[in-house]
Amino acid sequence: MLKLEKISKTYSPGTVNEKRVLNGISLDVKNGDFITIIGSNGAGKSTLFNVIAGSAAPSSGKIIFEGRDVTKTPEYIRARSMGRIFQNPLLGTSGNMSLEDNMTICRKKGFKSLKISLNDKLREQFRAELSRLNMGLENRLKDNVELLSGGQRQALTLLMTAMSRPRLVLLDEHTAALDPDNSNRVMDLTLQLREEYSLTMMMVTHNMNHAIKYGNRLLMMDAGDIIFDVSGDEKKNLTMETLMEKFRSIRKDRIADDRLLLA
Amino acid sequence: MIQAVFIEGLIYGIMVLGVFITFRILDFPDLTVDGSFPMGAAVMAVCLVSGIAPLWGLSLALLCGAAAGAVTALLHTGLKIPNLLAGILTMTMLYSVNLRIMGNKSNISLIKTDSVVKNVEKLFPGLPDGAAALILFIIIVLAIKLLLDLFFHTDMGLALGALGSNEQMIISQGMNPNHLKIIGVSLSNALVALSGAFAAQYMGYADVNLGQGIVVAGLASVMIGEFLIKSNNIMALTARVILGSIAYKAVMYAGRKYGYYVGLTPNDLKLITGVLIIFLIALSGFKKRGKNA
Ligand SMILES: Nc1ncnc2c1ncn2[C@@H]1O[C@H](COP(=O)(O)OP(=O)(O)OP(=O)(O)O)[C@@H](O)[C@H]1O
Ligand SMILES: [Mg+2]
Repeated sequence: MLKLEKISKTYSPGTVNEKRVLNGISLDVKNGDFITIIGSNGAGKSTLFNVIAGSAAPSSGKIIFEGRDVTKTPEYIRARSMGRIFQNPLLGTSGNMSLEDNMTICRKKGFKSLKISLNDKLREQFRAELSRLNMGLENRLKDNVELLSGGQRQALTLLMTAMSRPRLVLLDEHTAALDPDNSNRVMDLTLQLREEYSLTMMMVTHNMNHAIKYGNRLLMMDAGDIIFDVSGDEKKNLTMETLMEKFRSIRKDRIADDRLLLA
Repeated sequence: MIQAVFIEGLIYGIMVLGVFITFRILDFPDLTVDGSFPMGAAVMAVCLVSGIAPLWGLSLALLCGAAAGAVTALLHTGLKIPNLLAGILTMTMLYSVNLRIMGNKSNISLIKTDSVVKNVEKLFPGLPDGAAALILFIIIVLAIKLLLDLFFHTDMGLALGALGSNEQMIISQGMNPNHLKIIGVSLSNALVALSGAFAAQYMGYADVNLGQGIVVAGLASVMIGEFLIKSNNIMALTARVILGSIAYKAVMYAGRKYGYYVGLTPNDLKLITGVLIIFLIALSGFKKRGKNA
């Protein structure tokens, strides 16, 4: 459903600040995949998502989404079939608007007309959706979203994203800013919504346990490359030890390579 | 005289609603207003002088204002000119455009022509002086306010409301934020021009310099309103904009009438407006700091 062909991204090319962040990445995402992505800070994970979502243009390479070349498609058009959740809970909702207003905007993607869709029937539907979060939000439709906690806000964003039925969901450390309890709740909700709407997902996380436990495929990124890619049974049987081992050995190779180059 | 304060407050209130939309809802500080306000007045004046029915004049003023707003928004979204500069450019260009509209005269008198205000006053000859105009503008401004409230309850209106605080959310929902900005800034300047068109009829003339400092006056009115009522409900927000506008006119009236006791002249009114805004900003900043402490 999503195919990346030799995607490279270089910031400030041709200047002293030139920085190659993605190094010719190719990737084939299948319908229904749940891919977890790990890698150290600055590995290029968010940049990869930016390129897929369209908020950053790749320096070279092609992005094929559902059989169409979307490399030059603007972000807002791609967003109609992609959902994206950021680490910062503030980015997914409008704080100075009520829950019901936020949900009215986010329940469906695309241009908004002069229709007044918010009515009691829709409110009822919103309440039903919200009650699944078990956060008591179903009684707070008129409250401003800025009154919610970070965890509640992220859960709301997740719920609204699922309601809009995206073909692909990009989660960029979406539980990282939350305390352990909220983080677990949002993670549970993620799995639940994925089941229910059979969503295709890519999830960046710094939580190795999550990365191992969830999903059918795991990618490890380092310095703009995918250095490790497991799926199927190998992914199922993956343990923390083997993962760390892999990481170390690949790192070592790399450092050796660099030494060779520098020598 | 108290009537005049209310009438002017209401007429300028339409402009302040426009300023509120750009500055507060869209977070787009739009200075086009200083040009679109006299543009509305100019279009209206020319229409009335050439015998076109007032209602057509009002519609035309509205459309011209919307077009001016669209120019600013397009300069910003299309050419990536910063929004402040885009507004200043349009405002500056409009000065010449407005002179053209008025046939290269800087002032058109409407004493001898028809106007909406005069027509209504003729309809109700029994009413005391100014009462008909007051009622007329209460009805007009209320109707505009209610229409705006309705608009901000539509899906598009809600999206516009979210744009100012979270542009990424709008993009993520599959909307082009540039389209919404063009719609919002056009709507704002349509209101501003309409306000100018009414102002010309009420004052009995249009002048190319009518717009000087309008945006600052509008901003002061918005801020006074925010000081009067605290709310997040759109109906209350638009109501307080109009109240703010009336209060601002009252302050200016007081400044004109009693200012000479402390040595102020009408020339000092702009200074008072500026100081008022600075004072209100400082005060709200001070309050916020108090809350956080
Ligand atoms: N707009 C930009 N201009 C220049 N460099 C950038 C820009 N955006 C990101 N980078 C650089 O690209 C590299 C990769 O950044 P990216 O945000 O993709 O990392 P990440 O893997 O998401 O890291 P983290 O785990 O910290 O979120 C970093 O070195 C970063 O400094
Ligand atoms: Mg990142």
